[in-house]
Amino acid sequence: MASGPSGRLRQSAEALAIPVGALGAAMVVFGLVMAALGRSPLEVYELIYQGAFASAFSWQNTLTRAAPLILTALCVALPAQAGLMVIGGEGALVLGGLAAAVVGHLLGGAPPLGVKLAMALAGMLAGAVWIALAGALRQYRGVNETISSLLLGYIAIAVFNHLVEGPLRDPASLNKPSTTPIGDASMVGTLPGLDVHWGLGFGLVFCLVTYVLVKHTTYGFALRIVGGNARAARLAGLPVGAIVLGACVLGGAAAGLAGMVEVAAVHGSANASLIAGYGYAGILVAFIARQNPLAIVPVAVLVGGISASGGMLQRRLDLPDATVLVLQGIAFMLILASETVYGRLKIFRPERA
Amino acid sequence: MTELGWWGVPIAVLGGAVRVSTPFLFVSLGECITEKSGRINLGLEGILVMGAMSGYALSYLTGNPWLGVLGAGAAGLVLGLLHGLVCNLPRVNDIAVGIGLMLFGTGLAFFLGKPYVQPKAPTLPAMPLGGWSASPQVQAALEVNPLFLIGIGLAVALSWAFRNTRWGLIVRMVGDSSDAARAMGYAVPRMRTLCTGVGGFLAGVGGSFLSLYYPGSWSEGLSSGQGLMAVALVIFARWNPMHCFYAALLFGGAGAVGPALQSVGITSGYYLFNAAPYVVTLGIMIATCSPRRTLAGAPGELSINR
Repeated sequence: MASGPSGRLRQSAEALAIPVGALGAAMVVFGLVMAALGRSPLEVYELIYQGAFASAFSWQNTLTRAAPLILTALCVALPAQAGLMVIGGEGALVLGGLAAAVVGHLLGGAPPLGVKLAMALAGMLAGAVWIALAGALRQYRGVNETISSLLLGYIAIAVFNHLVEGPLRDPASLNKPSTTPIGDASMVGTLPGLDVHWGLGFGLVFCLVTYVLVKHTTYGFALRIVGGNARAARLAGLPVGAIVLGACVLGGAAAGLAGMVEVAAVHGSANASLIAGYGYAGILVAFIARQNPLAIVPVAVLVGGISASGGMLQRRLDLPDATVLVLQGIAFMLILASETVYGRLKIFRPERA
Repeated sequence: MTELGWWGVPIAVLGGAVRVSTPFLFVSLGECITEKSGRINLGLEGILVMGAMSGYALSYLTGNPWLGVLGAGAAGLVLGLLHGLVCNLPRVNDIAVGIGLMLFGTGLAFFLGKPYVQPKAPTLPAMPLGGWSASPQVQAALEVNPLFLIGIGLAVALSWAFRNTRWGLIVRMVGDSSDAARAMGYAVPRMRTLCTGVGGFLAGVGGSFLSLYYPGSWSEGLSSGQGLMAVALVIFARWNPMHCFYAALLFGGAGAVGPALQSVGITSGYYLFNAAPYVVTLGIMIATCSPRRTLAGAPGELSINR
């Protein structure tokens, strides 16, 4: 294994170079697809850059999309530390948003700061319960968490639709069934000096806290042992069930907070706009970041930027809005395939003493 | 609905089970082959959507829905082989690649399928097997698609082949112990890639049923997780093709409860009834799994069991 400063440097260089290389390869493959369809790849990439990062307005659009992605990616990355592959973030986000909207409406007259805190807590709690359910089923019943979390996601969306179009529907929302608006006083504002809402700040803080928790605390150490070998962890006397559930609770809370942010900073009430696929894109972000909480931030900005440019491609090149999904899909497959390259490239191998 | 009254509900559920179960049946048979060889392909959801799109597009372009079915299978075969080949690389996780393929397949299908959302393609014919009954409900329930019958035949043939043919024995051995298979001189990765490809073919055919028969058109919201539920269904069926058929009927019936109740005027809780298949799937998985032992009949090399 790598040791000493030069070995560690080589390892970090490898961890950076391989995903970047895979993304570069994905851009080449996607460019070939575009060329095959008679579009100039350079023009496509130029437009993606313009739509994502060229102006203050596009940066605002990109960062607004990156905020929920950071949080839903944590919902994948945290359980992944314990060796669980949870992909039900969409359900946790939707239920978190609904819980926040209900609490925000019920506490309508209370001091705004208290309402916002209560909404955040409600959203995090709803998401935490939902993902913890998948973790508990895995831990105590042996049910595969990947499948159960996705099924729970579908169930969450059905419950959400039922409540929003039935018992919780605001009679005043005619064309688009919604819950009662939480009111302007309870809306979460923008970050100082930026035109981006506070969700981005929440995401950054959550990532930082997660990073410290995983890399620099006893709990994080135990978590990584469980992820490495659950049987060995049990033999060492670690409370494996509690550790796994803790990771699921935190991950679910992150996704639930994403739902709260979407309600309290963007939509103002819970409606079908919450079901926008942030949960699924978060899976992609977490895998490109190789489940590293700090790497999630730049990757989420990149993926948020790509999806922000979808409208631009549609308007200027008459490409379907799913074009960015193809680019994301190709990138995802190549990132996963690149997993095989680690430790096999000569330049990154530490020389033997 | 008047002369049958409440009897209409079970008949509609039964008819719905026959109608809705076919995609479940094909996807689960495909996944059964893949899992028997020791791989799990969660990407069948993406393959299903891609199959639905390419089947519809080909049927529209050629005017022959059966060519569409074949084309859907071919698209599924390509994506299945892609999954198989990527998973052959050392240290690549088959579940993660499945999630990737799920997103890639649906994205590609939405991208390529945009021009086919509007036009009307020729769809597959139905075989009216209910002519003996005077009741229109019974007749409607017994309108069977040929693919359903092909699926039943396939389930019977597969369960026979797994037991009685050389090919079936090799697939089972590759899935149960790659060491034994290697010792016997079989190329394990190649067998698994082939099995994933065949599984993809069947999942693609299952997708073409969605766009070419029921609901019978192509749109982006066409699939609602059937490909994923089929993976859970195979676990429930304990990797037995005939049990896959029974389980597909059960899942199809669960999916038909909502529309059937709606037809007798119960419309509240529409979304909750639509969630019935997911609840049934989850309930069944909770009931059949156990933390202490691997499931009876599970292939030994399957990554979800380790």
